[in-house]
Amino acid sequence: MNAALIDLFGGKTFAHGVHPPESKDDTKGLPLHQFPFAPLMIVPLSQHIGKPAVPIVGEGAEVVRGQCIAEPDGFMSVAIHAPATGVIRRIAPSPAINGKMQPAFFLEPFAASTQEVLQGKPCNVETASAAEIIAAIQAAGVVGLGGAGFPTHAKLTIPEGKQVDTVIVNGAECEPYLTTDHRVMLEHADDVIKGIPFVLRATGAQRAIIAVEANKPDAADTLRAAIPEGAPISLEVLPVKYPQGAEKMLITAVLGRQVPSGGLPLDVNAICINVGSTAELGKLLPQGMGLQERVITVGGPGIKKKGNYRIPIGTTLRFILETVGTEEDISTVVMGGPMMGSAVSSLDIAITKGSTGVIAFTKRETGAMTSRHEYPCIRCGYCVDACPLFLNPSQLGLLANLGRHQEMAGEFHLMDCFECGCCTFVCPSHIPLVQKFRVAKSAVRKARAAG
Amino acid sequence: MTQSAKTLTIRSSPHIAAASSVDSIMFNVVLALLPVCGYAVYAFGLAALLVLITAVASCTLTEHLLCRVNGKATTVGDWSVVITGMLYGLVLPPSLPLWMVAAGGVIGVGLGKFLFGGLGYNAFNPALVGRAILQAAFPAAMTSWPDLGGGRYASLPPSTLALPLTKPTYDGVSAATPLADWKFNGLPAEASDLLMGSTAGSTGETCALLILVGGIYLVARRMMSWRIPLAILATVAVCSGILHLIDPSRYAGPLFMLFSGGLMLGAVFMATDMVASPMTHLGCVVYGVLIGLLVVLIRVWGGMPEGVMYAILIGNAASPHIDNWIQPRVYGSLGGRSA
Repeated sequence: MNAALIDLFGGKTFAHGVHPPESKDDTKGLPLHQFPFAPLMIVPLSQHIGKPAVPIVGEGAEVVRGQCIAEPDGFMSVAIHAPATGVIRRIAPSPAINGKMQPAFFLEPFAASTQEVLQGKPCNVETASAAEIIAAIQAAGVVGLGGAGFPTHAKLTIPEGKQVDTVIVNGAECEPYLTTDHRVMLEHADDVIKGIPFVLRATGAQRAIIAVEANKPDAADTLRAAIPEGAPISLEVLPVKYPQGAEKMLITAVLGRQVPSGGLPLDVNAICINVGSTAELGKLLPQGMGLQERVITVGGPGIKKKGNYRIPIGTTLRFILETVGTEEDISTVVMGGPMMGSAVSSLDIAITKGSTGVIAFTKRETGAMTSRHEYPCIRCGYCVDACPLFLNPSQLGLLANLGRHQEMAGEFHLMDCFECGCCTFVCPSHIPLVQKFRVAKSAVRKARAAG
Repeated sequence: MTQSAKTLTIRSSPHIAAASSVDSIMFNVVLALLPVCGYAVYAFGLAALLVLITAVASCTLTEHLLCRVNGKATTVGDWSVVITGMLYGLVLPPSLPLWMVAAGGVIGVGLGKFLFGGLGYNAFNPALVGRAILQAAFPAAMTSWPDLGGGRYASLPPSTLALPLTKPTYDGVSAATPLADWKFNGLPAEASDLLMGSTAGSTGETCALLILVGGIYLVARRMMSWRIPLAILATVAVCSGILHLIDPSRYAGPLFMLFSGGLMLGAVFMATDMVASPMTHLGCVVYGVLIGLLVVLIRVWGGMPEGVMYAILIGNAASPHIDNWIQPRVYGSLGGRSA
């Protein structure tokens, strides 16, 4: 359906959710730019869910941009590639976004290098088997670029007895401020289309549906035009709503199927793959290259040169902010989007494969959030109407205050919550519900681990 | 660039929020009630104005002083107690002695709200708690509706300024509310009189039109559940319609039932008190139907001509149980395909 018609009459979507201000106008029209190389890059060994990669080069080794510098440790792990031609100065702990210290390469690029990317063994989608494609994706180090960081090869490995009929290529990009997927779809539609056959072949799915929200009509048109005649690929334009890019919500929106509580998309014969990840597959696999840079939106009121940049993995936030320039009163830096992203406690944290955005807020926005008065819950039900999983955030919040974590996890499905933030976004009492749920979830996990 | 010298503020996501807040919701309810109050003063004159002022002042002061005495920051700034005061004043007879107004306000807020823990914890609509206490304590004064007539802007009925703990005196012709007229004398009122408010009744219940306008404003701003008033009014209309078809001489028609007494004010502004009503959509409908049934039951077969107050208070009591029974159906908890 045409984007304007969808605005008027609605279209396929999920129930509940919210409409935060999109705030995408500043960057959605700006073409991708290559970001400069930082004088020192910090490349963590763990940029994905699963086991950290194992270094195969030591301190002092000279590496080439795109060269594999750490190999996967087992199946739930992916390779890491050098983001620049230079020398490994150290392999040492470095601060990660979760506040912990994690081992990382400290790479110093050579100033005089041409920074030519190393190519490897190409993977031909026509001739490769599913297993070969899976292995190639793991070796290319591709993970979910939408923020989750789940190893893509693991997602595309369909377990015995399961079947996938549909692959949904996720171009919803529902987080405010972020426009990376928008630009990739617009400027690299061919990579997206080239990547889809790898996904179909690896999973055995019959068709792929590219899902794009109606606020990106140009991207939808470009992609639609790029789909070859007769290819099992279609495109669906969805009404704008947050969190439509969440896997469960997207499957419901596009296919009308509900992923069972505690289950996986596989349980309803579907998988979702981020459009950025798909584009990387289409770009990297035919040339045997590894993932060593990614597209990131650098924006928000605190940033001067807002834009979408191709930034080498391992670039520190400090270098990014110094390069693009910040307002004097910058006060909060968020990695990811403003709804689900994390506010960083240190600018020495580096960009990883899962980083979608660097959004900076000034004292004005931060102050407006932190100075809000918290009222008691007035049972308005706004959160109940917002929760896309049909949980009862109000009740969960009251139970959290009483420390009744087991009851939250049992009767009230706390562990289904994926912290999209809708409840907290709409709460007129300004109760930090998501924060309470994180604490409760962590307590439940600890209790379960303790047996 | 001295980024390192600067302090980063960290907080839990989300980092943006909708612009709604409790005080803005409450303030908008106050705005929606202002025309109703204005009409009350137009219809019942100086007496109604004094009743409203006394009601708001006694409620607000009670909350402020109770907060102070208990060493808490005052909560009158959230406007919720102002709504309570306005609603409370609007459901009282315009000629009620002011000392009774004040006493009911103190009790309504003290007992009905503060004792439960303040905003968010009150099980019952505090305005109705105040009125219920007065109804029980002063049944005669609560059902006296003197015709205030043409001199209503210049003079007060003698009852208004009655000394505390004395029996108020009423002079002049006593009017009957449309519901009492029907119940005890079998006289129906004109629907147009009820809509425009030219009948006897509590201070703010007579003009259904302005109440609806206020309600529509709040619904349009998503600050009120439309399901609750709609469920109440539809239930009352259907039930009274059926009864009226069975025996038109004994049972009043649906239009009369909808627009008489405190139903419109109760359905739109009282039953929709967020704190004391259910949270889910289905829960709101169940709650509204329950209140609607109780209204018809009390009005038709009860000893009193009006039953909205008790119907809503019983609905309030049922609300937490409705919320317990009707939880949202969790996504994916049924398996299979969604509708």
